[in-house]
Amino acid sequence: MKAVVLGATSGMGREIARRLVERGDSVFMLGRDVANLQKGAGDLKARHPRGEDIGYAICDLADPRTFAPALDAADAALGGFDTVIVTAALFATQDQLEADVELTHRLLTVNYANTVVFCEHARKRLLARGGGNLAVFSSVAGDRGRKPVALYGSTKAGLSHYLESLDHKFHAAGLNVVCVKPGFVKTEMTAGLKPPPFAGEPSRVALDVVRAIDARKPVVYTPTIWALVMLVIRWLPRFVMRKIGF
Amino acid sequence: MDDGSKLEGWGRLPVPGRELLSTNLESITKGAVLSRGLGRSYGDSSLPAEASDKVAATRLADRILSFDPETGILRAEAGLSLAEMNRLFLPRGFFTPVTPGTKFVTLGGMVASDVHGKNHHRKGCFGAHVRSLRMRLANDDIVECSASQHPDLFYATIGGMGLLGHILEVEVALDRIPSPFILMETRRVRDIDEFLRELARAAKTSPMTVGWIDCLSQGSNLGRGIMTEGRWATAEEANGHAMREPLEVTLPFELPNFALNPFTASVFNALYYWKHVPERDERIVGPDPFFYPLDAIHHWNRAYGARGFTQYQCVLPRKAGPEAVREFLQLLTKLRCASPLCVIKDCGPEGKGLLSFPMEGTSIAVDMAITPEIQRVTDVLNEFVIAAGGRIYLTKDRFTRREHFRAMEPRLDAFLEVRERWKAHRLRSAQSVRLFGDKA
Repeated sequence: MKAVVLGATSGMGREIARRLVERGDSVFMLGRDVANLQKGAGDLKARHPRGEDIGYAICDLADPRTFAPALDAADAALGGFDTVIVTAALFATQDQLEADVELTHRLLTVNYANTVVFCEHARKRLLARGGGNLAVFSSVAGDRGRKPVALYGSTKAGLSHYLESLDHKFHAAGLNVVCVKPGFVKTEMTAGLKPPPFAGEPSRVALDVVRAIDARKPVVYTPTIWALVMLVIRWLPRFVMRKIGF
Repeated sequence: MDDGSKLEGWGRLPVPGRELLSTNLESITKGAVLSRGLGRSYGDSSLPAEASDKVAATRLADRILSFDPETGILRAEAGLSLAEMNRLFLPRGFFTPVTPGTKFVTLGGMVASDVHGKNHHRKGCFGAHVRSLRMRLANDDIVECSASQHPDLFYATIGGMGLLGHILEVEVALDRIPSPFILMETRRVRDIDEFLRELARAAKTSPMTVGWIDCLSQGSNLGRGIMTEGRWATAEEANGHAMREPLEVTLPFELPNFALNPFTASVFNALYYWKHVPERDERIVGPDPFFYPLDAIHHWNRAYGARGFTQYQCVLPRKAGPEAVREFLQLLTKLRCASPLCVIKDCGPEGKGLLSFPMEGTSIAVDMAITPEIQRVTDVLNEFVIAAGGRIYLTKDRFTRREHFRAMEPRLDAFLEVRERWKAHRLRSAQSVRLFGDKA
């Protein structure tokens, strides 16, 4: 596999990139901070069984002008990638977002509009070479309108919707779209929040995601128990959702 | 800042506090008064003195910065866990030069505690193999230190419980191993005198030794147990053995407080002792069952119930003689405070870490549930250790009194002097307030 990982410097993206290089795959890192990318590349090189050099380029989801050059650089370094993984996104609590409209605008733009635009760049390149894998981190927060994730969840609902359509439209052309729906995972992003039951570890999520890509699964809940949790939540009647705080 | 969130060590007994968690160690250590890794120290050395203290959690800062397969020299961020190091480097023929009894520790924690292991009589502590440290000081500067660069800072940090500065990066030389398997030999030992003889004998022939003692047995059985020794298997001996993921389960809830009591403990101990049917047994095992038998049960600390537990670990100097060890065991038995876990180990010479625990002699570690008696028990044991010229292991300690610590630690003034020189008094933990006299 020759994979481009947007968000490879931290959290679940870092863990996925590690699982891939540890089994001998080639990885190209995309992220916002050069110093961070450089250190991350060293970490991945040390984990690669053949000590393969790891390339990287600046790519910022807040700035769509960086998308095409970053993917070009990845293509050149990997000799044509066959997999694109997107874990990067913004997160803020509902309280923070309600108190700050500017922040809300930024989060909606980055998590939905810009992520979709990045995926459009990526899927065009993949389709042009006969297909490949596109695995994108959405969230269980997009499965049902819920009080604590009203705004953040709406971006993920839109993203899940887009990824489902991509799968419908381009599956036959060889595009393997994986919509990843993590439940609560203990990363930097959720640091400071109280972990609910079934909170997952990033290394576990990474294993699930790599397996889902290999098995060409269109949707993956991780940790797996969240598939069941969300099944129940999706079927809760409105009068219950109005009452509960979940 | 007290919002109900709590932090706890391995012995449980949570205190109010919260940690800052980030992959960016440089940013979270700025202004922080304490770093903590995986929270495996038993006592309060990784706990904040006050709920509002800024505590940096290192465990997400776990990148390998470089590894040279020629020399085995590894440089990594302080949050890299030993479990991860083993997973990555065992298959490549490298292993940490020194490992404690759990792999759920970070590199930074291994330096701060200057951990020792079954090979202490040969290899010393972990710090003896550390080549260089990158540190964030109390004044927020970042410096590199080593045996040749700021050696005072370097040796005070090794075993210094994080009180000199925050460890950001660690450079250590890994050992090349002939195979990822251990040739393990175990034997039943009938009493404490035989145990001390066996430990001394094995230290000469085996690179790794440790003993489990049934410290509830009395009279002529006092100090009976099982002696374990081992060495890395050669490639030929390991032939046909496949690397396997260790089987690990989780203790999903805490047991009631009464589950582990002197009666169940003595039943367990008798079974464990007699389970070892042959007097002597030799086999090839993976590193996990040899080094980390208790890691097979995640959260085994829940077995002690909500009351929590502690470990009393001391080292009695060789010059105090075998009588001291025998008397110490008699004292333990008399106090009726012991649990199934009691470990005895022969230590080699003292290392260069300014406050490093081991000294030439015999180390004894015993788990104890928290009972209303715990303070008295700790005091009695400490008074014995002081009289024998020994000392305790800070990483395990929660109940030692300051005056006792002072009495057993003649090196303390030298340590405090280095701390003063590096203006590190802003850094503190619940333990440093209790033992080092840091401002509460």
